Amino acid sequence: MNQGIDREENYSFSSSVLSYIDRAAERGVYDIRGLGAKRQIPTFDDLVFLTASMSRYPLEGYREKCATKTVLGSLRAKKPIELEIPITIAGMSFGSLSANVKEALGRAAREMGTSTTTGDGGMTPEERESSKTLIYQCLPSRYGFNPDDLLKADAIEIVVGQGAKPGGGGMLLGLKISERVAAMRKLPEGIDQRSACRHPDWTGPDDLAIKILELREITDWQIPIYIKIGATRVRDDVKLAVKSGADVVVVDGMQGGTAATQQVFIENTGIPTLPAVRLAVEALEEMDMLGKVQLIVSGGIRTGADVAKALALGADAVSLGQSVLMALGCNRPFYVDGDRQVDVSGEYEALGTAAGHCHHCQSGLCPVGVTTQLPELEKRMQPEWGARRLKNYLQTLNMELTTIARACGKSNVHHLEREDLVALTVEAAAMAKLPLAGTDWIPGVKQG
Amino acid sequence: MESLDLAKISVREFNHLLHNELDASACPEIEVLNPNGLHNLAVGLNVPVKLNIRGHAGYFVAGMNKQAEVTVFGNVGWSVAENIMSGTVRVKGFASECAGASGHGGCVVVEGDASSRCGISMKGCDIVVGGNVGHMSAFMAQAGRLVVCGNAAHGLGDSLYEAVIYVRGKINGLGADAREEPMEESDLSAVRDLLERAGMDCPVTEFKRVASARMMYHWDPDRKELY
Repeated sequence: MNQGIDREENYSFSSSVLSYIDRAAERGVYDIRGLGAKRQIPTFDDLVFLTASMSRYPLEGYREKCATKTVLGSLRAKKPIELEIPITIAGMSFGSLSANVKEALGRAAREMGTSTTTGDGGMTPEERESSKTLIYQCLPSRYGFNPDDLLKADAIEIVVGQGAKPGGGGMLLGLKISERVAAMRKLPEGIDQRSACRHPDWTGPDDLAIKILELREITDWQIPIYIKIGATRVRDDVKLAVKSGADVVVVDGMQGGTAATQQVFIENTGIPTLPAVRLAVEALEEMDMLGKVQLIVSGGIRTGADVAKALALGADAVSLGQSVLMALGCNRPFYVDGDRQVDVSGEYEALGTAAGHCHHCQSGLCPVGVTTQLPELEKRMQPEWGARRLKNYLQTLNMELTTIARACGKSNVHHLEREDLVALTVEAAAMAKLPLAGTDWIPGVKQG
Repeated sequence: MESLDLAKISVREFNHLLHNELDASACPEIEVLNPNGLHNLAVGLNVPVKLNIRGHAGYFVAGMNKQAEVTVFGNVGWSVAENIMSGTVRVKGFASECAGASGHGGCVVVEGDASSRCGISMKGCDIVVGGNVGHMSAFMAQAGRLVVCGNAAHGLGDSLYEAVIYVRGKINGLGADAREEPMEESDLSAVRDLLERAGMDCPVTEFKRVASARMMYHWDPDRKELY
């Protein structure tokens, strides 16, 4: 017995915690890393669909149409966003990503009839040219933000926060501040660059309402305005976003990714996407704005099933970041050069990690050329190759989405509803306010 | 000279007209009447017109200005000339918070005082303030010049990048990583030029220069006093 406890891992001071304490004691500084939360939390995996049987009538999966057309921002804008699929590409900056990657995102989105989004650092000509529908982010830093690009945008997304770091700013480390990135951001080359956590010209929702009117006036009320929030006090924040004048609200759960943020932020702030969707929908319902102001959900969306579950819970569309990068090769053990697969295991090892576990986007030394500004690494991800893979990935998600929708008897993916879902765990049932599978029990909701 | 009366047309009609129907060569100067503190006046202009706003304006007046020369004969609310790209925006009275925020180019002149965070995040514009500026002015300012003929409240130039600040009066405290530096001949010349453009007359030798110490350019956890 004593021998057993002598070798038993300490739950409070596990090997992972010991490693953290060791690093902190050695270096005196917190870890900064990329991607999103790695901890285990309730997700869409904890929900399943009640597809058709005797009580519901399914559609034939290979013959009958299932519409996926998605319209966003129709409340006030003269030109709302019209997409072929409800799966969009999230804002990721040129700076964190290479120009090749931004071009690949635009090409794939164009082929699939969906939108891409700029990021901190402004709009590059490559992404404007390659993207049919481009959402222009207005971020606290305002790096590269200008009226010329604003007038080229198809919609504006005011970023109040993001799921990986709600309430926090950003840090792009010096290796990624190349000559071009520095020039776009009006900063000295090679410095560690801070992105502010608050906007420079407004503070609260009352100011934001006026700011939104300014942007509408500048763009002559042509294009929709989104507000993106990190999921924390979702019910209040969605209501304030709507009250401020948003046409579309984007809610980013804690699984959402980042290019570079403190580990303590990524793993310990915000709430999971699963309860965030439900809270956002309830907020819109309480304001009688469901269906009038559209809801986009992001943070850990990976599969067509995830998309279907988000839509069934009430989202109008989803937005993908990390999974898109993975379709472009992120975390693969090799990159492709013509017909060759070039092994990069050693480069992952030099970063202190391995393929499948890497989150070192902040370093700028991405072995597969996705999150880098170094020309010799950037060329490892060619836009044509990346666009083909990403188009395939988005196509797969959309096919999975329509497969589930048809099986639920829906001829339109936007007809998926909460009644189609149940939860597999008590936690997921409580967070999504869905019945636990095989029961009528919704934890936290009074019965009868 | 044409005039537009905001008692008769809406802000939306006013801006639409300036964006889409204005021929600056035929009408180089416009009088704007009855602004009455309205928000978002003359935003997103991209035409070489001279606009005289006769009265007080609200938030974001002349936001994102390009080319135009806008003068407000009164006070302004938050964020006058935010993200200005070129041209000139002049406020004859006082300005509320965030004057010239994130401005890329052009010149903003406030003849009276400017409240807190004047020049926050500026990216290359010039700002000249005839009176005092409030706290945290030029916070995270990246490029451009802020000239203050009066006093500056605490936290001046916090987290500065390459923007330079000139203050004639008292500096009531610098922000993190900002420091006073000696005035060189090039600084005297710059201040002289900016004051002339602003139509202000002050002895340039009385100004102090504030710039970044550049200690925060690379993250250093051992410099705890900076964070």
